[in-house]
Order: sequence, then C-alpha cells, then structure tokens
Amino acid sequence: MTALTATPEKASGERGKKSPRRDDRKWLGTDRRHNLTGWAFLLPAAILILLVSFVPMIQAFFLSLQTGRGTRLDWADPLWYNYTRLMGDEIFKQTLGKTFIYLIIQVPIMLMMALILANVLNNPRLKWKAFWRTAIFLPAAVSLVAYSLVFRTMFANDGFVNDFLAGFGVAPVNWLGDPTTAKAVLIVGLLWRWTGFNMIFFLAGLQNIDRSTIEAARMDGANGFQVFWRVTVPQLRPIILLTAIMSTNGTLQLFDESWALTRGGPAYATMSMSHYLYEVSFQRNPNFGYGAALAYVILILVAILAFIQLKVGDKRD
Amino acid sequence: MTRRLRDVPGYLFLGIFTIFSLLPLYFMAVSATNTSQDVLASRLIPGGEFFNNVAKLFSSQDVGAAMLSSFLIAAGTTVLALIVCSIAGYGFEVYHSRGKDIMMGVLLLAIMIPFAATMIPLFQVFAKLGLVNSLFAVIIPAISTPLLILLFRQSSRAFPSEILEAARVDGLNEVSIFARIYVPTMRATFAAAGVITFMTAWNNYLWPRVILIKNEVQTMPMLIVNLSAGYVTDYGVLMLAVLLASLPTVIVFLLLQRSFAEGITGAIK
Repeated sequence: MTALTATPEKASGERGKKSPRRDDRKWLGTDRRHNLTGWAFLLPAAILILLVSFVPMIQAFFLSLQTGRGTRLDWADPLWYNYTRLMGDEIFKQTLGKTFIYLIIQVPIMLMMALILANVLNNPRLKWKAFWRTAIFLPAAVSLVAYSLVFRTMFANDGFVNDFLAGFGVAPVNWLGDPTTAKAVLIVGLLWRWTGFNMIFFLAGLQNIDRSTIEAARMDGANGFQVFWRVTVPQLRPIILLTAIMSTNGTLQLFDESWALTRGGPAYATMSMSHYLYEVSFQRNPNFGYGAALAYVILILVAILAFIQLKVGDKRD
Repeated sequence: MTRRLRDVPGYLFLGIFTIFSLLPLYFMAVSATNTSQDVLASRLIPGGEFFNNVAKLFSSQDVGAAMLSSFLIAAGTTVLALIVCSIAGYGFEVYHSRGKDIMMGVLLLAIMIPFAATMIPLFQVFAKLGLVNSLFAVIIPAISTPLLILLFRQSSRAFPSEILEAARVDGLNEVSIFARIYVPTMRATFAAAGVITFMTAWNNYLWPRVILIKNEVQTMPMLIVNLSAGYVTDYGVLMLAVLLASLPTVIVFLLLQRSFAEGITGAIK
C-alpha cells in the first residue's frame, strides 16, 4: 500500500471530499485503500446489474433485428423488418392504445388519492392512525395474480358485485365480457392494489416536512385546500416525481392483471403490451425476434416518459 | 368543536377507502370457508367448508411443493439481495467519490429497463446454462436492483461519520465496521428492504412462469393461476389457495410494518 502514496497528485484526485487533512502522507494511503474498499463493496451489485440488465438489453436489440421460429434465427432482411411489421400490427396498436388509457386514467387518480389519504393521515389529531395505515397498505402485500383472481371472482356474472348491485335494483352487468367495463374493472383493481403503496411514500415524505410551514400558512388565513395545494404538495415534489415514474414504469410493463384478471379479453380489448409480448415470444409460434422488437418499443416509451417527467418535475416556479 | 367538524370529511374518506381496501381481502378469507355455490351466492359469513376445501385443494395440487419453492425463492432472494445491495449502498455513500457517483448514475438507468426487454435474452442465457426449471434462475436476476441500492445509499446518509472514524481508530477493519456497527444501526432500513424484496420475490409471476417450464416446478402464484384455468372452477377451493398464497407476505408485512415505515421515512429524508 505504501507504493500508492508515491503518486500524491493522482491520489489526491481520487480522494473523497470527506478527507480532513490534505498534506498528510499517511492519510493518503488510507484514503486510497478506503477508495478501493468502496469499489470492492459495490462490485457484486454492479456486476449483477450489468449481467442481468444491460447485457440482455443489448442482446435484445440484436435479437430484434432477427427473424425465425424458436431457436432458428437469422438476420432479418431488411434489418428493421420486425419494426416495420410492428407498425402494421393492429393488435400491437390496440395494446399500445390500451396501455396509454390505463396510464392516463389510472396513474393520476391513484397518485391524487394517495396524496389525499397521506395528507389526512398526517393530521396530528387523527385517531386510530395505525389501523387506517395498515388497512390501506395491506392490498400491496397481496400478489398481483392473487388479487386478480379475487377480483375476477367478485366481478363474475353471478358474482358478488352484481349481487350487491341487484340490491339496488341494478340489472347484472357482464363486467369482464364488455370491452369498456373490463377496462374499468382492471383500473379499479390497479387502484386497489397500488394506492396504499404510494401513500406510504407520501406519508414518509410528509413526516420530513417542517410542520411550521403548514401552521404559518394557516395563520395567514389559508384554508385547508390552499395549504394542501400550495404548501404541502410543492414540498412533496421529489416524491411525487419518484412515484409518478415508478407508476408509469409499472403501467407500461403491466402483465399479471391483464393475464389473470381479464385474460386480455374480451378479444384483445384489455391486453397489455407485456402480455402481447409474452404471447408472441412464448406461446403458439414463439418468435423471439419479433418479441424483442416489441420489448424495445416498451423500453423507448419508458425512457421517453421518464425523461418528460423529469423535465416537468424539475421545473421550479 | 369547529376543529372536530373539520376532520369529518377526512374520517369519511379514510373510512370509505378502508372498506374498499379490506372488502376484497375479507371476501377472499371468508370464501375460503364456503362452497363454490355459496361464493357465487355472495355469502359473506364464514361457513363450515374450510376443511373440505383444504382436502380438495391438497388432493388436486401439490401445495406443499409450491409453498416450498416460493419460500426458497423469496427467502433466498431476500438474503442475497440484502447482502449485495446493502454493501453497495454503503460503499457508494461511505466511500463516496466522483467515480462512484458516475457509476451510481449508470446503475440507476437500469430502473428504466423494463423486464420485458431483458426477458428473452435472459431466458436464452439460462437455457444455455442448463438452469431452466431451476430456482436459481428465478433468484439470480432479482438479487441486485437499483432501487434497493438507492434505498441503502440514501439511508446511509444518516449513518454518522464520527462512529466510523472512532471505529477505525479502535482498529476495526472496514468489513467489521460494516458488519458490527452499520448493520445493527440500520436495522429499520434492512427491515424495509427485506419486506419489499420478500414481497416482490414471493409475488413475482411472469419470470417464474417463463423459466419454470416443468409442471412439477411451480410457485404459489403459478399454482393459483393454474387452478383458475380449468373449465370448472371451484371458487371456494380457489379462494383458499389465493389465501394461502397471500398469507406469508401479509404476515411478513404485519410483523415488520413499524420498522418498514421507519426505513422508508429514513430513505426519503
């Protein structure tokens, strides 16, 4: 290790800003050693992410330029054949449109409700806080296919929801058999599963907000809504951004609910992009090349939407 | 009095949302004790069919094997993920340097990579390695996640550097400082990370479904989907299976929820 101290210029460049003494040669050695220890600490995680995310992502790109069934793959002619095929694929366009419907309707409603719930729960006078919090988070502990099957049972033709509505004289609705109501059921399911999850993040964020800012606004005569909208929400911006990106990401990758709750149906009315990707890649005539092209479209959409959200979310006014 | 009145809409909203949250869970639990006909007749009181449903479920499906697979996957992933991601988060924050900041930025980009985009090449690689149908193939891709590393890095900011310096002066090496001082201090962060990882691993469906092809190797989520796929579904049995598939994660959350909330709050600061 002493050999490393022989090049002080280089070592000082590597040093963290926490180092207290710049000119002490003994400290340089330790710093250098700590720096290397740090790299050793993060190496396993970095290598794993490289191997299970970045490398397959690049492989998927090359795969998307190939065609063929199963393992017999050849370069496509022209190379971008899978992508042009995708542009003319009516089912793909449908799944893309559906995904955006889920995104535009479900994510804002969910985040808004999660914000309001967190704000109500943060009221210091509120009673039975632990109970409310636990009850509302609990759906997030249940697996996606599990709750999908519960919802499927409840929304069956002769199921609980229709029985309940019959009590009010409403005629039975074929929830999962109609394209519009099937989408609505899927959205209700997503709201049920994820609102509490996002609420926990907002609650954590609220606990870190200085309560005096809220009291001050109250003293200045702001009403509850104004305090919420003009004092609380702006301070939660980074967390709103985080949850918005996570939810967008999750919606674009939606699979389990489409698979188990609506089974993509009726026809292809509720099928998500990932569900279609699975069908193309692993069912009937497996076509990895076409599936990979589809995956790349999802990847690009996720990146674009995250970029837009970061731009909008970072703006200060 | 006016203050009390002002809280009424809040309680109302909470109450309605709590019913919305608990009703499907109650429906699931109560239906596990009823016959299929009673489930469809929306019987919302516990019945006497629980043991019948248990007998039917266990005779038609190998629940024990699926539970064991799910448990091995969830526990294995959680232990490995906590080790790998905590040392990484600690390394990024405590041995902070410019190079590591850049590295963290690159790793964070992996959050943007949808699983769908890596699924096919991953399947090909694991097939080449002969790991199709192996639980390792389910565990390996889930060990290192950018979000968990981020959680540990953010939380490590609260780890006082004086303790670190003092331990070094006392002659503790870097690994012992991590194991004997950092880990016990950051218990809440570990709890939060553990809860999230256990739930995600237990509940994961798509990747196990892709990589576990043999019928005998299945997880609980796969088992319940198979149960519902037949022409005739026994809803009582199905809801019992769904209940069994949900209990482990619910219990883990209830046991650790205090530390879980604390851990998330510490990371968001």
